[in-house]
Amino acid sequence: MALTRSGRVRAIALVTGTGLLLTACGGAKVGETQQPAAGGEGGKSCGTFNLAVNPWVGYEANAAVIAHVAEKNLGCKVVKKDLKEEVAWQGFATGEVDAVVENWAHDDLKKKYIEDQKVAVSAGPTGNKGVIGWYVAPWMAQKYPDITDWKNLNKYADLFKTSESEGKGQLLDGDPSFVTNDAALVKNLKLDYKVVYAGSETALITAFRQSEKQQKPIIGYFYEPQWFLSELKLVKVNLPPYTEGCDADPAKVACDYPPYELDKIVSKKFADSGSPAYALVKNFTWTNDDQNLVAKYISEDKMTPEDAAAKWVADNADKVKAWVPQS
Amino acid sequence: MTTVAVVAARLPARRYLLLVVLAVWVLGWALFNGRDTLALGGAELTPLHTSLNEGMDAIDDGRNSNPFFLYFINYIRLFLDESVTFVQALISQASFGRPVPVLGWLGVAGLATAIAWLWGNGKVALLTAAGFLSFGVLGLWQESMDTLALTLTAVALSLAVGIPLGVWAGLSDRFHRVVTPVLDFMQTMPTFVYLAPLTLFFLIGPASATIATMIYAIPPAIRITAHGIRQVSPDTLEAGASLGATSAQALRHVRLPMAKQTIIVGVNQTIMAALSMATIAALIDAPGLGKTVLKALQTLDVGTAFNAGLAIVIMAVVLDRVTSAASRRVEAERRAGRLRTTRRRRLELAGTFGVVAVLGYLSYTYVWAAEFPVQAELGHYVRQAADAASLWVQDSLAATTDALKNVLTNTLLNPFEALLTGSPWWLVFGVVVAVALLVGSVRAALVTAAGLLVLVLLGLWQDSMVTLASTLVATILVMVLGVVLGVWMGRSDRADTMLRPVLDAGQTMPAFVYLVPILGLFGPTRFTAIIAAVVFAAPIAIKLVAEGIRRVSPTTVEAAVSAGTGTWQLISKVQLPMARSGVTLAASQGLIYVLSMVVVGGLVGAGALGYDVVAGFSQHQLRGKGLAAGLAIVVLGIVLDRVMSAATRRADVAAHGGVTHK
Amino acid sequence: MTVPSLTERSPLDTETVPILDVRGLWKVFGPKAEAVVGTTLSRKELKERTGCVAAVRDVSFEVRRGEVFVVMGLSGSGKSTLVRCLTRLIEPTAGEVVLDGEDIRKADDRRLRELRRHRMAMVFQHFGLLPHRCVLDNVAFGLEIRGVPKQDRYARAREVVGLVGLNGFENSYPDQLSGGMQQRVGLARALAADPEVLLFDEPFSALDPLIRREMQNEVIRLHHEVGKTMIFITHDLSEALKLGDRILIMRDGELVQVGTPDQVVGAPADDYVRDFVSDVPRSHVLTLRWIMRQPLMDESLDGPELGPDVVIRDAVHTVLSADRPVRVTDGDQLLGVVTSAEILEVIAGGQER
Repeated sequence: MALTRSGRVRAIALVTGTGLLLTACGGAKVGETQQPAAGGEGGKSCGTFNLAVNPWVGYEANAAVIAHVAEKNLGCKVVKKDLKEEVAWQGFATGEVDAVVENWAHDDLKKKYIEDQKVAVSAGPTGNKGVIGWYVAPWMAQKYPDITDWKNLNKYADLFKTSESEGKGQLLDGDPSFVTNDAALVKNLKLDYKVVYAGSETALITAFRQSEKQQKPIIGYFYEPQWFLSELKLVKVNLPPYTEGCDADPAKVACDYPPYELDKIVSKKFADSGSPAYALVKNFTWTNDDQNLVAKYISEDKMTPEDAAAKWVADNADKVKAWVPQS
Repeated sequence: MTTVAVVAARLPARRYLLLVVLAVWVLGWALFNGRDTLALGGAELTPLHTSLNEGMDAIDDGRNSNPFFLYFINYIRLFLDESVTFVQALISQASFGRPVPVLGWLGVAGLATAIAWLWGNGKVALLTAAGFLSFGVLGLWQESMDTLALTLTAVALSLAVGIPLGVWAGLSDRFHRVVTPVLDFMQTMPTFVYLAPLTLFFLIGPASATIATMIYAIPPAIRITAHGIRQVSPDTLEAGASLGATSAQALRHVRLPMAKQTIIVGVNQTIMAALSMATIAALIDAPGLGKTVLKALQTLDVGTAFNAGLAIVIMAVVLDRVTSAASRRVEAERRAGRLRTTRRRRLELAGTFGVVAVLGYLSYTYVWAAEFPVQAELGHYVRQAADAASLWVQDSLAATTDALKNVLTNTLLNPFEALLTGSPWWLVFGVVVAVALLVGSVRAALVTAAGLLVLVLLGLWQDSMVTLASTLVATILVMVLGVVLGVWMGRSDRADTMLRPVLDAGQTMPAFVYLVPILGLFGPTRFTAIIAAVVFAAPIAIKLVAEGIRRVSPTTVEAAVSAGTGTWQLISKVQLPMARSGVTLAASQGLIYVLSMVVVGGLVGAGALGYDVVAGFSQHQLRGKGLAAGLAIVVLGIVLDRVMSAATRRADVAAHGGVTHK
Repeated sequence: MTVPSLTERSPLDTETVPILDVRGLWKVFGPKAEAVVGTTLSRKELKERTGCVAAVRDVSFEVRRGEVFVVMGLSGSGKSTLVRCLTRLIEPTAGEVVLDGEDIRKADDRRLRELRRHRMAMVFQHFGLLPHRCVLDNVAFGLEIRGVPKQDRYARAREVVGLVGLNGFENSYPDQLSGGMQQRVGLARALAADPEVLLFDEPFSALDPLIRREMQNEVIRLHHEVGKTMIFITHDLSEALKLGDRILIMRDGELVQVGTPDQVVGAPADDYVRDFVSDVPRSHVLTLRWIMRQPLMDESLDGPELGPDVVIRDAVHTVLSADRPVRVTDGDQLLGVVTSAEILEVIAGGQER
């Protein structure tokens, strides 16, 4: 752009002229061909539905399907808010979040917001069963078939040694969002392992992926439903079976994690509003397979959550019908 | 105290004393290994953490009952929300009953280019046009505009607050002393610690995101403005005073005009800081590219994350180059005098804005100029390429990198960490304070002692030591890279042209983007965290060292060359020693940058303080511990910074052959 | 050799009231500075015992209206501190600075600004120009801050720019000018306010020798044209001798000697000054008054006549070409005689004894 000064002015004049010419030529005008903004009106009885979206794909699947039905069938204006769990629960208190549609236990938050502050209520289970436990990559389960019994773990401790584990076997712990009993478990089951904090789901999944690819031994904390299990079918290691109350004292836990009933939480205000969206959230249930399918559309087929939800809803009209409130 | 100083200054062979201290440490470690290490498990809490938790709960609960608090905060929130929403309405979000924003891509790109041309130069205008078009081409126009809206609003407000405070800090020594530790605190306190509480007071949305961004972006505005005000030549100030200027007149006519260029550098740094918060703010629903990155990360979609990260890098580079060009232009116009007549300038302004008005009108009216044409989007190529590259790197290099990781971890990191965490705390305490005294000063030793004591009280001694070990190793690696590449870059213009874009990318690419590939290479380990920190911190160190090398007077270099110095001698005996202030600045900045990655490290296997902070952000009952861990990071930063600057001062004094008589 | 007393030098002296009267001025840097005032400790002892540095110790002098008063000393002698104390750019620790009967040290901030804006202006070693302003705006700066309307201050600034020979450079920026030119801007800025006293703090020491000489002549010319009182700081003896009506010599903050150039050269107060002036060609500074002697009994007193204040250099030709002693007279009174012997002693000897 080595224009001289006068060249600059001339260039400006030229561009201005061209611009005016273009204006004259035209093209489609804004607002002429567009359809009215989706969901803006219609749902007089529904109004705005503030849906928290927690950062994992399974949740995204739930949220996408519920949002799709709320918009298309109920005419709600759905506002999705991308939030971590803690922040989403705070939203019940500040009135900015109406619903959380996949909740993993979180007894402390339940106590604070449901019992103490009374700003949230449970809206029943999602139908998904949460399983938490220790998993190994499939190749390991094939090569060492007896590794799936915890009693044999000490035998294989050497396999799992890493630069992080101080000479013991490494048990890779995961996402900081989950409460784990792993340190206590290792101690109480007298395992020759050290818990290493991977720090995020991303780190866990990458580790398992590399484990399968490079045939690198890894044992770690994981959970289902989770989209990654449809990419790589991790094998669960059996800990001493869970019995009611065996995890009462966190320091003395020596049994497997309890099965989780994943549930939905809504704000008190939303529950009392009589909004059809509340009825939808309350009625919503589906199976792990349903969720995994939508999660697969999103994670592997790289569909947008909206498209994935639309596809699943189209294929499962009968299930959806049961959720929609009859008015 | 002075007697101690005198004694310290006269102690013979400080180096040997240092060796003695280290020997005592190793011996003590061997004897007492594992005793009094103050270990605390991942989910264990101290009474302090519990009460911090309760304190935070109490504040949460009080927010609706305290009217002053409520109204005050509410007005700020309303103002911030409205500001961001307004800018979004202009450039990124459907608004005023229209399906598209007021200005479409053509209008925004035209306006940005015009601004770059009028206040920068032709070259950056071209870059701006290309950069803005690339947002559309990557398929991320709207996300980019959301990020831009948030960044610009946060920057404008940061400057509105930061520049006046910076001027004050430039004028008043007392205020400068008061504000400096506050700024240190704001810059080293991990965002994760205050992100969740912010949403309680400012609610979920633009206001909280803006505040979070401002907390990080205001410090450079204040610091650099104060520096600019302070560095105004005393001769000129004295001349003003001798003519009877009042202090207000001196500020207006002398200090501010002469500090203008430096203040623009501050604007530049403020923009960079604000942009680097884009990803983290997405955790509380801040709109824009950060969201795309985080979403992609949920499915380990490296391609999509990279694509969005690339847009952030491009935005950073464009904003950086335009503000730098504007700053250079201020300087050039000053030197050259006002070459252009004001009439000519007015004509140019009117003409350019005339063009912009036409483009703006087009983008307001016609769909093709309002929405970026989908046919022109090439983002999926970038995504595929990044995916393929990431996969290839992970598959083919993993074996090598694993070996590298093991060697460095076992020879460097593990022994050092063992020494720090395995020794009784009182031994480490004594050793570190002694080292601070020997390499630094009495003052530095006192700060160190106080800081270490705080770590003990926070109940996070062992975690702090683990983090300290990784931090120091990372800083060493940063400095090795900084000196090697910095010298190369400072001596060769070609190296500079080649490296600079890479460095800019390393500094501004959100860490989340490259976490997946490096996790694939090094696994979830402390070493991965160290690598992430090095990627982020090395660029600034390299740049500062290069700057220092380039500033070495050419006369000195010429004299050395004429005396027959070889290249290696020239570097080691002339250029590096003379660039020492640049090198020490690089070390201290590198350290701060490494510390700011501690939390990211927690996400990839570093454990310790970083993990504590992340867990505190994710689990309600760990909030108090997370806050304590955040404080511990700040304390580490302050201690390391003070010891380092004391050591630098001592080295300076030694180099100038004088005893401290001043 | 006889030392002429001040009274016989110049009748002007006694008639004029001093414009500036400095009495017992002290400037001490360091903790508890006031307590140090009056000390007799040496610089080194003082530093060791109190941590203080006395940059100016008990200096008193008078400056007469219209004279060029030079303060000379080596670096670190306190001369720059002294001149800053005169307008309180550095706050004196003790003593009085009386300008036209008003003690500047008693002025409050407002009054002090008035004094600086109207009565005293300073020219600095490193110019202290505003790089973002053109020459005209720099010159008008002092007028601007005292609130002179734009038209008036530009008119005055143009006038002064012409006076210092910067015509045609009004719209240039400091960076575009040579050092000498920049200092002309500094000079113009000081003159613009039409002050009674001009202070120069080593204004030419950053310039190269040719430019320096040119600027010295410029100052002499300006002094003739505008007739301001000037206080001129320098470390350069030849500059001091060239410009100064009187010279004050400082060492380690103390006044060593005050006198006219020929007094300083001809009658150094101590070995320090003597050493200082030893390289000066005495014939260029001393007058006949300094070498004349009483006529001998047998000398003829009909030789040529010269005044006592003729510089020796200028008398050489007359004296050497005369075959009789030259008479030094003041009016009708015969003060003494000078012969080639005296002249040659000065020229050849160079050094005193």
